[in-house]
Amino acid sequence: MTHHTSPKAGTAHASAAPMASMGASLTINGTPHQLLIEPWTTLLDLLREQLGLTGTKKGCDHGQCGACTVLLDGRRINSCLKLAVSLDGSEVTTVEGLGQAGRLHPLQAAFIEHDAFQCGYCTPGQICSAAGLIAEGHARSREEVREQMSGNLCRCGAYTNIADAVLEVLEKGDAR
Amino acid sequence: MNPFVYARPDALPEAVRLGATGRAAFLAGGTNLVDLMKENVARPAEVVDINRLALRDIVEIDGGGLRIGALVTNADTAYDERVRRRYPLLCSAILAGASPQLRNAATNGGNLNQRTRCYYFYDVQTPCNKREPGQGCGAIGGANRIHAILGASPQCIATHPSDMCVALAALEAVVRVTGPQGERTIPFEDYHRLPGNEPWKDNTLAPGELVTAIDLPPEGFAAHHTYLKLRDRLSYAFALVSVAVGMRVEEGRVADLRIALGGVAHKPWRRPQAEAAMRGQAPSRELFEAAAQGLLEGAMGQGDNDFKIPLARRAIVRALSQAAAGTPQSQTDKRIA
Repeated sequence: MTHHTSPKAGTAHASAAPMASMGASLTINGTPHQLLIEPWTTLLDLLREQLGLTGTKKGCDHGQCGACTVLLDGRRINSCLKLAVSLDGSEVTTVEGLGQAGRLHPLQAAFIEHDAFQCGYCTPGQICSAAGLIAEGHARSREEVREQMSGNLCRCGAYTNIADAVLEVLEKGDAR
Repeated sequence: MNPFVYARPDALPEAVRLGATGRAAFLAGGTNLVDLMKENVARPAEVVDINRLALRDIVEIDGGGLRIGALVTNADTAYDERVRRRYPLLCSAILAGASPQLRNAATNGGNLNQRTRCYYFYDVQTPCNKREPGQGCGAIGGANRIHAILGASPQCIATHPSDMCVALAALEAVVRVTGPQGERTIPFEDYHRLPGNEPWKDNTLAPGELVTAIDLPPEGFAAHHTYLKLRDRLSYAFALVSVAVGMRVEEGRVADLRIALGGVAHKPWRRPQAEAAMRGQAPSRELFEAAAQGLLEGAMGQGDNDFKIPLARRAIVRALSQAAAGTPQSQTDKRIA
């Protein structure tokens, strides 16, 4: 994976104000970035197109599927509905920041253990959402987990195993 | 999304000044505005990001009540200990809506100002009087399962999509706004409007006005309330019909009562006469059915949504039963008690 830490400059139209890129500093997966961002760029597009962090997926691009879920200052949001420029000074954690091959986050390990995915497209969003769910602390029972995970669709229908995986990590209490 | 000029003012006066151009949109959580901009439904020349304004507090009001800042997120409002304890109806309605991700981003001011989810409003290839005045209404005679049964006009049959606002209507909240002409307050009943001949106006905000806070009156109906939401999926779907009830019961009789309906009109729907007719009466199924009749008088289906009229009648009776019994609808266990 290529990490473009020096962003592309904004489209050159010095006099036309709407075309100007703007500066913003974001900490992404623990790394500070000084970025130039076109104001109409969503956080999702910034991550995928400008920073090469393609773990976060674009599903519906309208906040209806949850595939783009990331943690913003520790709380889960839909990255497709946030203008990146508005997040100056914020911290973003994507699935790449939760764990890596050989150093899996407990939720990643539990998703494998419980066979909680088929095609895998929704999985990064499911895992970020589950990390947010555990941090928020409003879910204890299976019913509450399912309700609190309702913002993440899985078109393969792996919901039963997803709930199992999330519940296991929730009950063990070892999510980082 | 169209290119725009972006500004992030640090203080309210500057935000109001920047917002007064007539071409600006205020950006808070962005969960609706950014989506509308992607669809080219909203095409602001300027986006005024208000996230740096100091509107993120929930504070006590002298004489009772809570003032909830416009930029407090829906999640932080619903999980606030004071809101949970004193305004469980509001908490329940917020948690009935959207998803955890959206509630973490969406703000209270934005919840009030979100636009309808009418398919035709969202699809710029189809006619819509709300989006483009004078184009006509695609929903009338079209696909209108989710549309209004009350207060619609020949111009527009859209509904207001919020759950939170249905509870705020029942609580008789007050909206605080600041604009080029200064500060004012708007009773919740007067905040949203019916479409009439100006369906492009969702609310009574003057151009450039910004919501700064929502005041909750002291009476929260904590003992007898419910938010009953009926929809096509158990979670993460807009209401087809929802009912917010706040009731005060004294010596076995209804001492005070508020009923507001969601999913049925261009604004949260109330009929104070129907509420007044119940005061002083002992709760009973007959009384609840009469209230439902009163609330729905004049209801008219558009074809696909005809089912909403009997659905709303039954939902009102059920919600009044839940509130009277002090057994509010759970937003986790969706079985209807």
